[in-house]
This record gives sequence, structure tokens and C-alpha cells, in this order.
Amino acid sequence: MSRALFTRGTGETERDRAAARVDMGIDLAGVELPSPILTASGCAASGKELDAFVDITALGAVVTKSIMVKPRAGRATPRMSETPSGMLNSIGLQGPGIDAFIEDDLAWLVERGARTIVSIAGETVDEYAKLAAKLRPIAGISAIEVNISCPNVADRGQVFACRAESAAQVVQAVRRGSDSRTPIFAKLSPDVTDIVEIADSVIKAGATGLSLINTLLGMVIDTSTMRPTLAGVTGGLSGPAIRPVAVRCVWQVRSAFPKIPIIGMGGIRSGADAMEFMLAGANAVSVGTSVFNDPSAPARIHRELAGLVADHGYSRLNDIIGFAHREPDQPVLEEATSLDDWDFITEERR
Amino acid sequence: MPQQIKSEILDNRRSGEYHVLSLTAPGISDIAKPGHFVTLAMGGEESSMVLRRAFAIHQVQSRGVYGGTLDIAVAVQGRGTKWLSERRRHDVVDLVGPLGKPFALPREGVSCLLVGGGYGSAPLFMLAQELRERGCRVDMVIGAASEPKLFGVLELKRLASALTITTDDGSSGVPGRVTDVLDEAIDRAGADVVYACGPMPMLAEVARISTKRRIYSQCAVEESMACGIGVCMTCVLPVVGDDGVTRMVRSCVDGPIFRGDRVRWADIDTIPADAWGAPGAEDRGTTR
Repeated sequence: MSRALFTRGTGETERDRAAARVDMGIDLAGVELPSPILTASGCAASGKELDAFVDITALGAVVTKSIMVKPRAGRATPRMSETPSGMLNSIGLQGPGIDAFIEDDLAWLVERGARTIVSIAGETVDEYAKLAAKLRPIAGISAIEVNISCPNVADRGQVFACRAESAAQVVQAVRRGSDSRTPIFAKLSPDVTDIVEIADSVIKAGATGLSLINTLLGMVIDTSTMRPTLAGVTGGLSGPAIRPVAVRCVWQVRSAFPKIPIIGMGGIRSGADAMEFMLAGANAVSVGTSVFNDPSAPARIHRELAGLVADHGYSRLNDIIGFAHREPDQPVLEEATSLDDWDFITEERR
Repeated sequence: MPQQIKSEILDNRRSGEYHVLSLTAPGISDIAKPGHFVTLAMGGEESSMVLRRAFAIHQVQSRGVYGGTLDIAVAVQGRGTKWLSERRRHDVVDLVGPLGKPFALPREGVSCLLVGGGYGSAPLFMLAQELRERGCRVDMVIGAASEPKLFGVLELKRLASALTITTDDGSSGVPGRVTDVLDEAIDRAGADVVYACGPMPMLAEVARISTKRRIYSQCAVEESMACGIGVCMTCVLPVVGDDGVTRMVRSCVDGPIFRGDRVRWADIDTIPADAWGAPGAEDRGTTR
């Protein structure tokens, strides 16, 4: 299925042809996707702008920016600061509200033929239930991602994903309000002591799968003005800087829940980065901040990932999911060729 | 439709305190209009600088051996622009463009005053040429902190019917700011339209004076952007729409050119309480 996605006609090599033969299709909570590469919520708006750079219908799915019940202006500017290998943002969930979103953005995505995962965010459990109810009759939604972990809310106490009970309450409300066939992914925050505990609570509350991870809460102070750089003071840290944290979260949750569908995200910039998440146990990955750097990144990452899978001699992407969790191979013992080699190693370690 | 290309640097030359880079841009330069901008990725593929930098298009050459090129003016302000200023001929950069909404142009040959602050005069070159081709009179006022921070004075003298220069320190032209001489320049030009590009406080004052004198103004704003293509929502500012409602709009796709009388300059960097979707807005009514 869908092997020729994103390939370009010019200068094709043997490796490209091997990559094109790799079956990149995945099953995400029962939804067949032709590619494991999704956009990340908040980094692709509702897909329209990105469609100029990548064919969004060839993506696994477009994950839309978290939508709330009412229109929302978001936080004051400055909303963004570049950080080493990352960025800090405090957008504050600016958006048109669920009604305008369904009428304009979602209708456009469905018409365009893009698979769509709708991200929802609320200030109260009741708001999440309302959002689920609004989306229930709408055809063409592949899944719902429940954003319970946006760090850009006025009261940090509202980050539902920081407490197991509140996270479960939200997920339960969305599960009850949604069509039972619609998969629900709970998006978790890494800013917790034990992400496995939160994962456990939302799975028990009815989450079909998990999205790991949202941004980390961070802060930058401008040394010229001697004030916080962001108007919102704190913001969410994203980009390659957080990738090891995200891979660790996917690894821990996959270890604890061998079967739960996981969408991995956090600083994915290349096919190798995407592969890292899949080896850790992600069934699909979202590309976020890297889209700001390279708007065609999702298509490029798909191609690079296919190439790497082929390099390892696999014909199906599915075969590598969670592969890093296998028992370690027998270590290959290499004999030292001379005494000097041992001296060298000793030098290095000292 | 914007495109993403690998662009070759053809030239990197100094102009006062700025660098002017000529870049190959086939398929982009021929559709670029005055006021459009491009973004460049900084530092190569493994760069720790994950955000692109935006540059107004200064000039385009749509034909020739490279199949279209464009020029940008670069002011070294941080790590990214420093890296860019050090690029040499034949280096390759990732370029996206043309982006944004261009300047609105008059249908008839009216009198236009173009105002540029610092290297904000860069996008006014293309605009001046376009206006002159339409039979418009083009007067210009450009200003900067000091003489080396003025951009493109010699060529602007040729492009403009009348050019007024101001510097804060008096090192060139009239001592003071562009806005100090604006009334006079409007009178001399008999201006029907004012176009402006430069720092936000300058734009705010140009818009205020123009609006007070009932002159249509178009301002190219400078907001920090993360993506430049309309997906990240970082570059927003409060702008009043045709329906009278203030919205937080994206300067990258809804701008960077805005009507001066529509931007709520005093409320920039805030969410006005009456803005669409502002906290508690529905209790007070969302229209202003």
C-alpha cells in the first residue's frame, strides 16, 4: 500500500527504489494510515498553509491545532523565543472556536481528502465534553487528540495531565461524549514525576492511545531588558532540544503498556529521529517545530525513514516498531589487535 | 503560491552597515511583488537555530542566466543574521517565498510618499519602480540613527522625485526623525498615499499623521516570526477588520502590509480587551 508516496522522479538511486518498496503503512488504533508521519498539533494550523509545501493527503494525518469551545485571542506578544536547538512558545491556544473550526477548517480538510486528527482543549472537564459532543456527528475524523497538557494556560493548576485524577476525568468525559468508534489519544505532559502513572490513569479512563509528549514548561530571560522574553513569562519548550526527553517517555510508557497505540513527538527533524521514536515503541510520529524550519519536513522525513528501514533490510515499517525493547543481541567481542589499543582506551577513559 | 528552494548565493556585498545578498530564486522572483518577503533557514541542516529569518525582498531580476534572482538586505542583529552575513558566493541556503501580502497599488497615477526607517527602505525600491511605471509621482523620506545606517541613498536619489534624508545624530540630511519632516514632505508631494516600512514606533507615528490628515497609508510591519507561512501564530498583532472587529491577525500571511489606520498601534504586544476571543470579551461585546 501507498509505497510511492512522496517520491520524486529525478535522480532516483537504487537506495531510493529500495526505500520506495518499503511498506510505510501503519495501523494506528485500527485506523489504516499510509504513512507514520503526522503533523503535530499547533505546528500546522489546519493544514491549509502547509499544503503549499507538502501534499497533506499523503501524510499519515493532519493533527489540527487544539480547538476550544469559544474563539480565543491567545496570549500577548512576544509569544516566541528561539532557544538552543529549540524554541519557547506561549501562543495560548489562539483559535476560532469549535463551530467556526468545524464549518471552515474541518470542512476544508475533509474536502481536500486529508486524514484528520482533531486536537481539542478545554478549561474545564465540561468543555472537553462539549467539544466531543460537537465533533460526534462530524464524518471524516480519524481520531481525537485530547490536549490535556498545554502549558500555556494562566493557571498552571489547569494542566490536567499533571495529575492522574484530573487527566482521567477529562479522558472519561471525552470518551463518553464521542462516537465509540473514534479513537481517542490523550496527549501527556513530560512535566510529571511518573508519566507511566498518568498514562495508566488515562488508559483506565478509556483512552484508546497516547500522544507523547507535549512541550516542557520553560522560560527565557532577556539579559538586555532584564525581563522575561515572553509576555506570558513561561512557555512551552519544543524542538530537537527535547527529543531525548520525549524518546524516554515513549520508551517508559511502551515498556509498561506493550499494546497501547502511541503517537510519538518531540523534536523530530529527520528520518533517523522518527526511527528513534518508532524503535522506542511509537506507532506513528508527529512532526512539529521542524515544520517551522522546513515546511516540507514531513515529506522529507517520510522519505528518509523509508530509506533507513530499507537500509536495515526490512520491507515493512511495522517490523521496527518497539524494536529497541528486544533483548540485547549477544555482544560481539572484538579482540584487541595490539597492546597500544588498550593503552589508547585507557587514556580516553581517564 | 510560495515555494521552497535551495538557493545559491550569487553575491554578498556591503552597503553601509548592511549586507545585500543576491540569491537565485527561479519561479519566485518572477511572481514576487513589492512588499513580499522570503524566509531563510539559518546555519545549515544540523543548525541549532531552528527558526527561519524573514527578509523583505529588496529587488528582483526575473530573467537572466540564473532564471531569476532576488536581493535582500541583511542587518546583523543576532547569531542567525551574523551567520548569513558571512555566507559567500556559491553557498546554498534554504529559501521560501514569496510570502505575505504585497503593498496595495493605486489604479491611477496619484502622488505617493514612501517612508523608510533604517533598512526598511529596502522593499521600497521595488515599490517605487512599480509606482513610477504606473505614472505615480514618488517622493521619499528615509531616515536612520546615523549615516551608515541609511540604506540605498544613491539609488533612491535616482528613483524618487524628491528625497528627504534624516538622521538622529545629524550625520546626514536633516537632524531628527523621518516623522519630524513627514508633514512637510506630504505637503510637498501633495501625497494621496503614504507607504512606510521601518521600526514599529515609526510606523505608528506615520500612520497617526497620515490618518489625521485623511491620507491612506500602508505600513509594512516588523513582528518576530517563527514560521513565516501562517502556521505558528507567533507574529500576531491587533488589527481592525472591515467589520469593525479587532482580531489578532498574523503579520506573515495577513500582512506584513497593513492599512495604517487599521492597526491598533498603541495596543501592540497586548490582547485588547475588545479583541475577538479576548478573555471575557463576550461579556462586554466583541465589537469595538
